Amino acid sequence: MKPELPVNIVTNINQPAGKEAAAPAPLRMNITNLNFFYGSKQILFGINCGIADKKVTALIGPSGCGKSTLLRTLNRMHETVSTSRLEGEILLDGQNILAQDVTSLRRRVGMVFQRPNPFPKSIFDNVAYGPRINGIKGPIAELVEQSLRRAALWDEVKDHLHKSAYELSGGQQQRLCIARALAVEPEVLLLDEPCSALDPISTAKIEELLVDLKNITTIAIVTHNMQQAARVSDFTSFLLTGQLIEFSPTPHLFTTPSDPRTEAYITGRFG
Amino acid sequence: MSTGRLRWRKFVSNFMLAMTGVCALISVSALFLILGYLIYNGGTSINWAFFTQLPKPVGEVGGGMANAIVGSAKILLMASMIGVPIGFLGGIYLAEFSGGFTASVVRYAADLLNGVPSIVIGIFAYALVVLPFKHFSTLAGAFALGMMMVPITLRNTEEFLHAVPKMLREGAMALGASKSKTIVTVIVPAAYRGIMTAILLALARVAGETAPLLFTAFGNRFWSDGWSQPTASLPVMIFTYAVSPYDDWHRQAWAAGLVLLALILIINIVARTILSRGIAVPR
Repeated sequence: MKPELPVNIVTNINQPAGKEAAAPAPLRMNITNLNFFYGSKQILFGINCGIADKKVTALIGPSGCGKSTLLRTLNRMHETVSTSRLEGEILLDGQNILAQDVTSLRRRVGMVFQRPNPFPKSIFDNVAYGPRINGIKGPIAELVEQSLRRAALWDEVKDHLHKSAYELSGGQQQRLCIARALAVEPEVLLLDEPCSALDPISTAKIEELLVDLKNITTIAIVTHNMQQAARVSDFTSFLLTGQLIEFSPTPHLFTTPSDPRTEAYITGRFG
Repeated sequence: MSTGRLRWRKFVSNFMLAMTGVCALISVSALFLILGYLIYNGGTSINWAFFTQLPKPVGEVGGGMANAIVGSAKILLMASMIGVPIGFLGGIYLAEFSGGFTASVVRYAADLLNGVPSIVIGIFAYALVVLPFKHFSTLAGAFALGMMMVPITLRNTEEFLHAVPKMLREGAMALGASKSKTIVTVIVPAAYRGIMTAILLALARVAGETAPLLFTAFGNRFWSDGWSQPTASLPVMIFTYAVSPYDDWHRQAWAAGLVLLALILIINIVARTILSRGIAVPR
């Protein structure tokens, strides 16, 4: 039984919003009373929200609001900074991720970064990297093909899988990174502003892809682009100066926001 | 501004420009003069016997330095086997695992070791390897040169590992790679061209060292079997032959200089060709 969204925190999540009525959404990840610090500086203040199963959840907010930091706590990438400190609870399928082995957690919760970061290896070896290091036996070539197909890159690279990944364009490199993350079949995929370094056509391709990927995995995406959040996501969290202002179904948040600060942000009064 | 002042400024500007150009030219021409002189003198003295024959007894003309060429190769091979693993693994520790204080101590020690005069390294190897075994040996020479390779390899490995973009580390870790796996499968492969170049530079640097070999590998007019006997080496042969009073030995010293230089050049070219086949990380 997956936990439901805590109704006392977000009252409007199960209400019909606009034309679409959001069905009750089971949560894959649950964040409770999350406080986060770099050294003595507090970045996140008492965050309560969730990542809905097999949906796209967007995190939006102005620069420096802590949305990327929040995303990075979900697979404990924040631990690469030695001065970071975290209070509160993050559950994946009801299990506290902070008590788990970090490598197996990251295998279940994958991540795609702001700038494409393929390894200095061939296209094939990039995608095969995750399965190989995780000791996945069996036909790796099939897994690579399936992952590249899911990332909508297969047709463009199938004839030169053994070329350097750096010969691809920026947008192709980012889709390669998505394929690389999908190859370990993560339960949750975190995307940290995946389109901010890309041109509009590449961006459109990735957005299209995200909508398709909902069928196979749960997605959380940080974006500074409100239109992008509106286009691709089912739920949206709006953060401001380290606090969660609103967490609602996306159509609701963008049409009838509950908080005046959300309205001010989405109508472009600040940003 | 007065025209006089402006003219003075232009003069200073042109003068300094000319000075920097001349100094750049001097540094380049020094290299080419050495190269040209070596090729001129060495090229005319070199022959097939130089590569195939042992040195002739004093007074006889002819002979070669086959034993010194093989001796140098053996010393350099063994020196790399001692110096490269220590420097490489130490560099990984320094770049990836050590805290601020340990790292700065090791780094400082490595820089000091790099600055130690090579003859002192020779005395160190003499005390540590030659005295206990009671004779000069290939191994002692290799130990001395290996010790000289350690700090160069260590500091360069550290630098090149640090230069690997952080986002590559994160990419590997986000796929469930542990820290050690990330280092072995992503960080070192991404840095290995730089590290290999550094190792080759270290090798080229110690290949010409004479002082540490004088009382470790010593010298030998004949073949040296195994690793525990004194051996001839090209730099020591160059030194011995160049200060001798015989014209034929001078000729052979020039030839030896040319061969040593060519060997280093070949190592570099071969290694660079192999390295250029990999995939480089764009910066």
